Amino acid sequence: MFRFTKSARLMSSSALAAVMVSGALLSGAALAQGKPNLAGIGRTATPAEIKAWDIDVRPDFKGLPAGSGSVAKGQDVWEAKCASCHGVFGESTEVFTPIIGGTTKKDIETGRVANLTRLDFPQRTTMMKVATVSTLWDYINRAMPWTNPKTLTTEEVYSVVAYILNLAEVVPENFVLSDKNIAEVQKRMPNRNGMTEKHGLWDVKGKPDVQNTLCMKDCPTTMKVSSSLPASARDAHGNLMEQHRPIGPARAIDTSKPGATPGPTSAAPAAPAVSAAPAATAVAAAPPAATPAAGGAKPAAGPSGADIAKRNNCVACHAPAAKLVGPSWADISKKYKGDAKAPAMLAQKVKNGGVGTWGPIPMPANSAVKDNELAAVVQWVLDGAK
Amino acid sequence: MSNEVKKSGRLIKAPENFLTKEDVKNPALMRRKFLAASVSSAAASMAALGLASGSRSAQAAVGQGDPNILNLPAHSTGLGMPVAANPYGMPSQYEKGLQRRESPGLTRVSAASVAFTPLQGTFGIITPSGLHFERHHQGWWDIDPSKHRLMVMGMVKNPKVYTMDDIMRLPSVSRIHFIECGANTAMEWGNVAVPTVQYSHGMVSCSEFTGVPLKVLLDDCGIDMKQAKFILAEGADGSGMTRTIPLDRALDDVIVAYGMNGEMLRPENGYPLRLVVPGIQGVSWVKWLRRIEVGDQKWAAKDEAIHYIDLMPDGLHRQYTGIQETKSVITTPSGGQTLLDKGFYNISGLAWSGRGKIKRVDVSVDGGRNWRTARLETPVLTKAFTRFNIDWVWDGGPAILQSRAQDDTGYVQPKLNQLREVRGTRSIYHQNAIQSWKVAENGEVSNVQVY
Repeated sequence: MFRFTKSARLMSSSALAAVMVSGALLSGAALAQGKPNLAGIGRTATPAEIKAWDIDVRPDFKGLPAGSGSVAKGQDVWEAKCASCHGVFGESTEVFTPIIGGTTKKDIETGRVANLTRLDFPQRTTMMKVATVSTLWDYINRAMPWTNPKTLTTEEVYSVVAYILNLAEVVPENFVLSDKNIAEVQKRMPNRNGMTEKHGLWDVKGKPDVQNTLCMKDCPTTMKVSSSLPASARDAHGNLMEQHRPIGPARAIDTSKPGATPGPTSAAPAAPAVSAAPAATAVAAAPPAATPAAGGAKPAAGPSGADIAKRNNCVACHAPAAKLVGPSWADISKKYKGDAKAPAMLAQKVKNGGVGTWGPIPMPANSAVKDNELAAVVQWVLDGAK
Repeated sequence: MSNEVKKSGRLIKAPENFLTKEDVKNPALMRRKFLAASVSSAAASMAALGLASGSRSAQAAVGQGDPNILNLPAHSTGLGMPVAANPYGMPSQYEKGLQRRESPGLTRVSAASVAFTPLQGTFGIITPSGLHFERHHQGWWDIDPSKHRLMVMGMVKNPKVYTMDDIMRLPSVSRIHFIECGANTAMEWGNVAVPTVQYSHGMVSCSEFTGVPLKVLLDDCGIDMKQAKFILAEGADGSGMTRTIPLDRALDDVIVAYGMNGEMLRPENGYPLRLVVPGIQGVSWVKWLRRIEVGDQKWAAKDEAIHYIDLMPDGLHRQYTGIQETKSVITTPSGGQTLLDKGFYNISGLAWSGRGKIKRVDVSVDGGRNWRTARLETPVLTKAFTRFNIDWVWDGGPAILQSRAQDDTGYVQPKLNQLREVRGTRSIYHQNAIQSWKVAENGEVSNVQVY
C-alpha cells in the first residue's frame, strides 16, 4: 500500500488547487489558438554566422567559394592527409571503397560508365558513380579528412579535387581547377548522364515499380529453398543463443555447437556489398570477426586498451598480427621492446601523426584522444595488445 | 510431449550446466530436467529417446512438484532493493542478450557503421530508446545542448538562429513513426547472408518523437513560398550530413525533434536535435541538426549523389529515392530460434509503410501457397509500426513462414523475385520483399529464400 506522509498530503491539496486554477486559464488559451505569436523567440542570424555555416555547394555551383588549386598541389595534400585511408592513387580498398578506377576515356565521351552494366565488375568506385564535380568538392570540404573534417583550406579542397580528377583522367596533370572552369570540367564527368529520377520513390504519391497481388489460396510458389546460410556461417554472427531472451516460446539456437542437420548449401555465397557504409564488404566473404560483445561482465577499471583502440578507430588501420594500412600491434610491440622512451614518443606520434618509420603512408593526427587514454592505449600496444 | 514437459522447459535457464549438486541428489528432478533439455536442444535427441508425442513418462518426472514452487526463493523470503537504487533504470540482468549489435564484416570502420535493433525480442510497436538502431557516417557525439544552435536560412525573409531554449518553447507535437535505413535488408538482395531478424531487418525502429513542426519554423522565418521548392537539412557532426527534402514533405509532417519516447533523444540518435521525416529513409532524418536551408534546386549532396543511390540493371542509378515502401517481417518465430515443442504458437511481427497506414497483413506457413489474414493490434498509425499476430498450431512438420503487408494505398508487399525482375540484385537500397523463415522438423528456424 502506498501512503503519503502528512506533509505530502498537505502539499497535494494545495497542488490540486493550483492545477484547477491553471486548468481554467488553459481552456481560455485554447480558444485563442490560431497562428501563434512567436515574437521574441529566436533571433536574426548575422551575416558572419550565415557565412560560417552556409558551406553547401550545389550542382549549379551556387555556394562555391572563389579560388583554385593545381593537380600538383593536390598530390602533396593527398599524400599527407588522404592516402592513409584511400591509397596513394585513390585505389585502396583497405579502409573505404576505392575512389578511382573502373572508368574509361570512352565513358568521358558518353557520360555513362560502361562497367556499371557489368555484373562481374567487382565494386563501384566513387568516380564510377558520381555525376557532379560539385558533389566531390562539397564532400571533401565538409567531411574530409576523415578524422579532421572541415580543416582543409579552400585551395586545398580545389587541389585535392583536381588531383582526383587527374587520377581519373578527366583533367591533365598540369591542370589548375578553379571556380571559373569547374562547370566545364563537370561536362567531362564519366557518369554525368548516369542518374535517373524516373522512379516512384521521391514523391509520397509516387507510382510503385513492382506490383504483388493478394492471392490467398493455391498461390504460385515452389516451396523450394533457393538460398540459405551455409553451415560454415552458422556462428559467423557469434553465438545466437547469447543474442536472444532465455525465456519465451522459442529458444535461440546454440550456434557454438554444430547443427543437428546441416542446412542446404547456398546457391551463391557472395552477398552484394552495402555501400551505405563506405567500407562495406560482402558479409559472406568476410572472416568471422570479433564476436559482438554479449554484454555481461565489464571491467571495473577504466576502458581497456582494446576499447580505446576500437572507439578511436585505431583498428581501421592496425590489426593484431597483420599489416593493414599501418603496422600490426605485434610489429610495433616488437620494434620498441625494452625502449624506455617509447611510451612517451609513441603517445606524441599518435596524437600529432607521423610518417616514415613504417613506410610512406602517413599516420594521421588523433588530437581528440584524451591524454590518459593515449598513454593507456600505447602501453597496451607495447604490452602485446592483449 | 505432455504439457508438464513443455512448461518445465521454461524453467531451465540454459541447456548447459543445468545440473546442480542438489539436482544430482534428486533423481526424479534430474530426469525431468534431462527431458526438458532434450526438448530445447533438438528433435533428434527426442527421437533417440523414443519420446513420442503424448508420452506419459514426463508426468512421473515432475514428482512432488516444481522446486521453484515448493521451495520459496530468496526474493520471497527476504528484503528487496530500495527505491532509486538505480536512479536511471536499466533492463533486468536476464535481458542482456538483447543488445544492438554490428554484423561482423559488414563494415571495416565502426564510426561509419550500423548497429542493428534486436527485433526478435521487442514487443508492441515502440522500440526501447536504448535499442534504437544506430547508423553513423563519421562517429557520434554527445553535444552540449546549451551550445547547440539551429539556423534557418536561404529563401526566407528573416534568417534566424534558435537555441534549444527557443525551440523547446515553441508549439510542440508528439507522434509515433518508424525510421528505417534505406539499406535495411540490403545484404539479402542476392542470397541469404545473415542468420537472424536482427541483422536482416534491424535497421528499423519506431518511437514517439516530440518536437516542433518544421512548418512552424519556416513560417516564423518567412519562407518565400513563390520561389522555395526544396529544403536542405544539415547535421553538426563531422560528416555534416546533408539531404534534400521536397517542400511538400517539409510543410506536411516533418518535425524538428528533441524528444524520443518521453525523454530527450539519445546521443546516438542525434541529441539534442534531429529531423523526423516520416516515411522517408533514415538518412534524411538528419541528426545533430544545425541548419535548414530553403532553396529552389536539389543539392546532389554526398549522400544523394555518391551514396544512397540505387543501381539499376541498365547501369543507371536512381537518384533521390527516399520513400520506404510497405514492408513486414515475422519477428517470432524467426531465424536463429528453436521451437520447443509441437502445438500452439503466436506468430507475431511488424508491418510498416512510408506512404500511410497498414491496412492488412496476411501470413503463410506453407511458403506462400496459402494465406490467412492476421490480427492487427492497435494503434494502427500512419507511417508507424503496426504489430500483427496470428494463431498457429505447429504439427512438427517442415514449414516456411511468411508475412505480406498491404497499405492503405492498396500497394501489396512484393516477393523478392518480383523486385529482382525490375531492379536486379545490385541496387542495395529499398529491399522490402516478403521474408521467409524455414521451420525444420527439429524446430530450428532459419533464414531462407524461396522466391
